[in-house]
Amino acid sequence: MEKRVFFKGWKLPVLLVAPQLLISFVFFFYPSGQAIWNSLFLPDPFGLKTEFVGLDNFRFLLSDPYYLASFKTTMIFSVAVSVSSMGIGLYLAALADRLIKGAGVYQTLLIWPYAIAPAIAGVLWLFLFNGNIGLASYYLQALGYDWNHALKGDQAMFLVILASSWGRISYNFLFFLAGLQAIPKSIIEAAAIDGASFWKRFGSIVLPLLSPITFFLLVVNIVYAFFDTFGVIHTITSGGPEQSTTILVYKVFSDGFVSQDLGSSAAQSVILLVLVGILTVVQFKYIERKVHY
Amino acid sequence: MKTIKAFICSIALFAMFAGTAAQAKTEIQWWHAFGGRLGELLDEQVNKFNASQDKYTVVHTRKGNYSETLNAGIAAFRAKQHPNLLMVFEVGTASLMAAKGAYVPMHQLMKDAKQKFNPNGFVSAVSGYYTTTDGKMLSMPYNSSTPVLWVNKDLMKKAGLDPEMDLSTWKQVGNALDAAKAKGIDMPFCTCWHSWVHLENFSAYHNLPFATKANGFAGLDTELAFNSPVHIKHIQTLGKWAQEGKFKYMGRRNEAGKNFRGGECMLMTESSAGYAGIKKQAKFEFGIRHLPYYGATEAPQNTIIGGSSLWALSGKSAEENKGTAAFLAFLSRTDIQAKWHQDTGYLGVTTAAAKATKKSGFYKSNPGTDLAGVQMMRNKVTENSKGLRLGSFDQIRGIIDEEMEGVYNGSKTAQVALDSAVKRGNVLLRRFERANK
Repeated sequence: MEKRVFFKGWKLPVLLVAPQLLISFVFFFYPSGQAIWNSLFLPDPFGLKTEFVGLDNFRFLLSDPYYLASFKTTMIFSVAVSVSSMGIGLYLAALADRLIKGAGVYQTLLIWPYAIAPAIAGVLWLFLFNGNIGLASYYLQALGYDWNHALKGDQAMFLVILASSWGRISYNFLFFLAGLQAIPKSIIEAAAIDGASFWKRFGSIVLPLLSPITFFLLVVNIVYAFFDTFGVIHTITSGGPEQSTTILVYKVFSDGFVSQDLGSSAAQSVILLVLVGILTVVQFKYIERKVHY
Repeated sequence: MKTIKAFICSIALFAMFAGTAAQAKTEIQWWHAFGGRLGELLDEQVNKFNASQDKYTVVHTRKGNYSETLNAGIAAFRAKQHPNLLMVFEVGTASLMAAKGAYVPMHQLMKDAKQKFNPNGFVSAVSGYYTTTDGKMLSMPYNSSTPVLWVNKDLMKKAGLDPEMDLSTWKQVGNALDAAKAKGIDMPFCTCWHSWVHLENFSAYHNLPFATKANGFAGLDTELAFNSPVHIKHIQTLGKWAQEGKFKYMGRRNEAGKNFRGGECMLMTESSAGYAGIKKQAKFEFGIRHLPYYGATEAPQNTIIGGSSLWALSGKSAEENKGTAAFLAFLSRTDIQAKWHQDTGYLGVTTAAAKATKKSGFYKSNPGTDLAGVQMMRNKVTENSKGLRLGSFDQIRGIIDEEMEGVYNGSKTAQVALDSAVKRGNVLLRRFERANK
């Protein structure tokens, strides 16, 4: 039997959910509504005049081959950032979990990069790979590798993925470590006594038990790669060369705040909203089924 | 009772004085984009103005690079938190002009403030950029420069070349680069501001249209035209040099300046205003040359400016506008302009400042610093060499940069890249036309 609690009257329940409703309204429904409304207009940058254009902003976007290419760029970028930062985070967590001495020190050091804002992280990596003064680019040149991310799209992509993943590794590390420590040692020891190798234990006991956390991190990392990385991209490549690192959210940012084309920027936000909505449904409907709680 | 009365009186009196003391100086906010050495020189100007009179205080704030400053100003305008004066780079000029009601035109501002102002005192090649077709000056030219060729004479010698050799055509530059490459010089050529130097100024210099309708001066229904055979030939040449390792691409803005100042790059095309930094940092002998051109027989037209002008934004009190006008009048004073010109390498924007600089013997002791001015004023300006007035131009430059990157990395021919840039840019021009009808 499921337990259900009923309130008498409606005032108290409404009062109790009111703060949450208010927050959702102010920070989600109102701005989303604004974005949808603005996507139907073509205003001038100063906000002096505006014209209703219907769906022209969407037509303008979808006829731009660079915008369509940006979907693919976004997919490559998001998958690469999520997979690399989760993979490395899990690997480091597995190592740190086995530590006996000095675990606290390692853990603290590994969490450190998370405290650095994306734009600052971008600048740090940009310094390392800068064509003029960068340490990394200097050694790459010395090895005979021609590093110039201002001109080469794949190198630019690699650099923004590296800079975006770096801080996320810490975040993922933290959650994986907590997940690993929550797994009862007795199960693993029992498997070890039965003769299961480390990798066998890892594959058939640890990973399934980590699946709720992995799923949570997958959702959070995709959202991060989609929305929080424009600072990194803005500081390192500004979307170039030839838009090879222009992901969808960076284009929203640059068209809206750099180019002052608010109509197009709003239309892109709406497209992004729909896309992330679909993505979330897919994640919860198909991937979550494979998760054991 | 009496004491209370006296007390109230004294408070009222105090409040009155405090009030007048606060009113005594009207604050004028100025947002700009200058840091480093230029920021120091700007600060010096402001301090001088503040010390020169006691009615106004100019407060200046740096808002980032040119684009960031413009965007900060526009966003602040929407929020009604904008400054009195905004620095807008030449690329943003058309956007400001189209936003009627967002600014007080310079001629109006000066008239309302009863400030003496002579628009004919400005160098026409500069002020023309900021003047309407019926001759009304809308903003005050602040810093203006034009691209020139910078030469590292030490590297020229290393390449076995005469450092004083003729470099007035791109063919001669090409020969010099071949020689440098053969001698193992790592970076024979580099450039800053690709679109500005190699398409915008290139067009004016060869008297070719960059866009139709007199480069946008004659109407918003202008279309880009920088995919002519001569343009394509030049960009293709740059692409070929990049493939052969004679030209290294360092970035879209002035990143290559570091490589030149560090003594790595032999020939660089960059703004004449690179002077302040190069003079301070270069540990080699450098020279300044005119921007090269194609064709040996016909002399080149003139180059156009880059830089910024100051716009008085609207919605401020008459008193503040008076202060803004006084400050602008101060900035156009001959001594201020001449000092700015000599310190920075920017052009003197008034004819009097250029004359004063010549008279002081500055050009003699700093050879090459007069080239920029000569290059801009060498001919009577044509429709193609007056300047550019295109909406959404910052974005269009972004498109041009992207497409040119395709040429430099070998993924596109110049023909494909420039055709595509024209096509994509025209879409933005139509959108701008529509939003500003």
